[in-house]
Amino acid sequence: MSGIVGYGAHVPIYRIKTEDIARIWGEDAESIKKGLNIKEKSVPSRDEDAATIAVEAARRAVKHAGIKATEIGAVYVGSESHPYAVKPTATVVTQAIEAGNKVMCADLEFACKAGTAGIQMAMGLVDSGMIKYGMSVGSDTSQGRPGDALEYTASAGGAAFIIGKNDVIANIIKTVSYTSDTPDFWRREGASFPSHGGRFTGEPGYFRHITGATKMLFEETGLKPSDFDYAVFHQPNGKFPINVSTQLGFDMKQIEPGLLTPIIGNTYSGSSMLGLAATLDIAKPGQKILVTSFGSGAGSDSFAIEVTEGIESKRSRLDLVRSIIEKHKKYIDYSEYLKDRDSIKKT
Amino acid sequence: MERSSASLWRKIRSRYNLVGNTCENCNANYFPPRIVCRNCGRKSKMVEKQYKGDGEIYSFTKIRVPPDTFKDEAPYDIGIVKLEEGPMVEGHIIENGIEPKIGGKVRVRFRKMYVDGDEGLIYYHYKFEQIG
Amino acid sequence: MRDVAIVGVGLTKFGERWSSGLKELMAEAGIMALEDAKITSNDVEMLYGGTMAPGRFTGQEHVAALMADQLGFKNIPAVRIENACASGGSALRQGYIAVASGIHDVVVVGGVEKMTDVTSSEASTALGGAGDQEWELFQGITFPGLYALIANRHMHDYGTTEEMLASVAVKNHDNAVKNQFAQFRKKITIDEVLNSKIVSDPLKLLDCSPISDGAAAVVLVPLEKARKFNDTPIKIVASAQATDTLRLAERDSITELKATKIAAAKAYEQAKVQPKDINVVEVHDCFTIAEILAMEDLGFYQKGKAGKAILDGETALNSKLSVNTSGGLKGCGHPVGATGVKQAVEIVWQLRGDAKDRQVNGANVGMTHNVGGSGSTAVVHIYKRAD
Repeated sequence: MSGIVGYGAHVPIYRIKTEDIARIWGEDAESIKKGLNIKEKSVPSRDEDAATIAVEAARRAVKHAGIKATEIGAVYVGSESHPYAVKPTATVVTQAIEAGNKVMCADLEFACKAGTAGIQMAMGLVDSGMIKYGMSVGSDTSQGRPGDALEYTASAGGAAFIIGKNDVIANIIKTVSYTSDTPDFWRREGASFPSHGGRFTGEPGYFRHITGATKMLFEETGLKPSDFDYAVFHQPNGKFPINVSTQLGFDMKQIEPGLLTPIIGNTYSGSSMLGLAATLDIAKPGQKILVTSFGSGAGSDSFAIEVTEGIESKRSRLDLVRSIIEKHKKYIDYSEYLKDRDSIKKT
Repeated sequence: MERSSASLWRKIRSRYNLVGNTCENCNANYFPPRIVCRNCGRKSKMVEKQYKGDGEIYSFTKIRVPPDTFKDEAPYDIGIVKLEEGPMVEGHIIENGIEPKIGGKVRVRFRKMYVDGDEGLIYYHYKFEQIG
Repeated sequence: MRDVAIVGVGLTKFGERWSSGLKELMAEAGIMALEDAKITSNDVEMLYGGTMAPGRFTGQEHVAALMADQLGFKNIPAVRIENACASGGSALRQGYIAVASGIHDVVVVGGVEKMTDVTSSEASTALGGAGDQEWELFQGITFPGLYALIANRHMHDYGTTEEMLASVAVKNHDNAVKNQFAQFRKKITIDEVLNSKIVSDPLKLLDCSPISDGAAAVVLVPLEKARKFNDTPIKIVASAQATDTLRLAERDSITELKATKIAAAKAYEQAKVQPKDINVVEVHDCFTIAEILAMEDLGFYQKGKAGKAILDGETALNSKLSVNTSGGLKGCGHPVGATGVKQAVEIVWQLRGDAKDRQVNGANVGMTHNVGGSGSTAVVHIYKRAD
């Protein structure tokens, strides 16, 4: 079965603190920080969008993989903030990595799990022999309605994974998905901000699908939580992934390396993929990683991954996720945040 | 100003990836690509060359009074960057908390250059980031 | 080749000419030049009209024919010359060539720009067309931005300071006070320049020439016939022009304008004079740094030395070398197509001894220097009294 040949990440440099958002809405910052387990979130600069983030991540992935971009036969970009309603983000990425014209290409949307859906699609194409390498990117500059609870978490970032059979840094042992029609979170065509079902997003949405997919994976592989060195779950806030991991029988040590939401917020399509990237940054050959994404609407993709010896020789070409996050961090206040997000009404 | 989508598209490789060219006769490197070599004139043969995007700032300025198309982006930093392979290239220096300086090392980045209103095209472009 | 002389000059007041359009401005300068040469419209054989972007500024193209029409030059050939901010100087050179070649005897060279009928940001965008659209303007790099890139590197390499830049504007305003045609007849101080709004670091608002309306015109005839028109014809002893890359970044050096150096070298050779022989010069100070470059590239100062010399007053009126006695582009105003012709008008007045309060003592040899874009075109003329 195919595996991961290389990966790359990107997170914008701007941050806004939970306190700065809470102050505007007269909320108690401490209880939000504790309730959502989030200190600050990333904000894209005015010249960044889901496409530029995808490109930065994709270029790092190509460099890390050490392959020729023209060997990539498929490029998928998953996002819920594609810059265009009609015109693919994936063609921008394909052009910007100079992958040439012989590329299967499409944009995906499945709330926060479109990027992992793209990984599964790339795996199918690689395993069937239709392509040598496939790339899937999860990238978002997600928006929370001002004053809504989502505003504390909706952030920007992305990660790109290259899937192939040669020269892999990690094998994907198995992947399964758990899907149902569950309206927990949505955004209609033309609407600026998403709507959600409040607490309905929790148990029937996030928890049911993540545990559903993960347990399905356990059943099909015979693996159990203690077989994994690390686990990554979708991170809409800093609390849910901890709770779901406890429910499934994982401990903090397993999820800590990939838990990024407390310091960058929920990067939506980037969320579980950035978590996986940060975990691979420190993983050793032979170690196993569980990844389960979640996309509202709803579904979860679960992966069992085993790191190979190949990871060591490519490390020198890596831009580590946590160093991307920490380097050049710049705090902005709420008014700068509004301007950055083009939220100031001028007419 | 409104531009045609073709005017973006026809230079897209150069704008996204610093694709320039080299004169096979005198080895001069150019960005953007030149049709005729400045040294050799018509006898030159130009071959494509993609620049790595590493270089250093030769000069810079902060534009505070922008053209209409950039009115929401000002102030922004502009630099002339000397690429490692030789050519001097003008470009934006993205904000990363480090003030641009002559001699500062830069690396190429991918960003939006500008957005044509609410319904027009988004123009992506190379920009530079000072990394030291 | 025949020697060529200027026998008539005309100029409008530069500035925000709210009640005058393109036609009124052209007619005002043109009539003044014809009267100065004591000729009528019927005597004119050929017209060259320098203008940069009338289509962008007013919607009007085909401006040379319009100019001929408005001045009553019935059915003569007329050609528009566009070389960005060097349109006027380039038109003068074409007029010079037409007379020198023997094809025409009486040629009018006009320059005009009507810039205030559009917003200042539209005007800036139009002026941006002088640079490379695809790579400079596309990335939001303005003209002040390009000259700021030059200034920053010049400061880095030669220790040029913001005070030195400011002193150019102060000197040129001092001269403009004495010129009734100037846009800004108001003295300014170095502190006022330094404290004005930053446009593109290190250039401030008062380092930049303004947006202006205006026109200028000259009448050219063969020197051998010049005395029929005017008692003090001014001979054009050199007319030289050069180009460089349109993109600033592609130049061999951005701290000099090579086009200026090449055009100047040719002009000195044609005129058989040296920089030290020049008594009065109008240079292209679209930005203060541009005058510093001009002083160096025209050979008056070594590279890197002009800033201090200007700050020390060496180029003030009737000091070592009188530079931009009209007030320059900064003080007199810069209706782009008119500027190159206006420079010639000012030098003619200086060499005739008609420059009134701003007369340079013993002015015998004059020079004009007109630049297009960030240095992509440079035109240099040298003039002498014919007597």
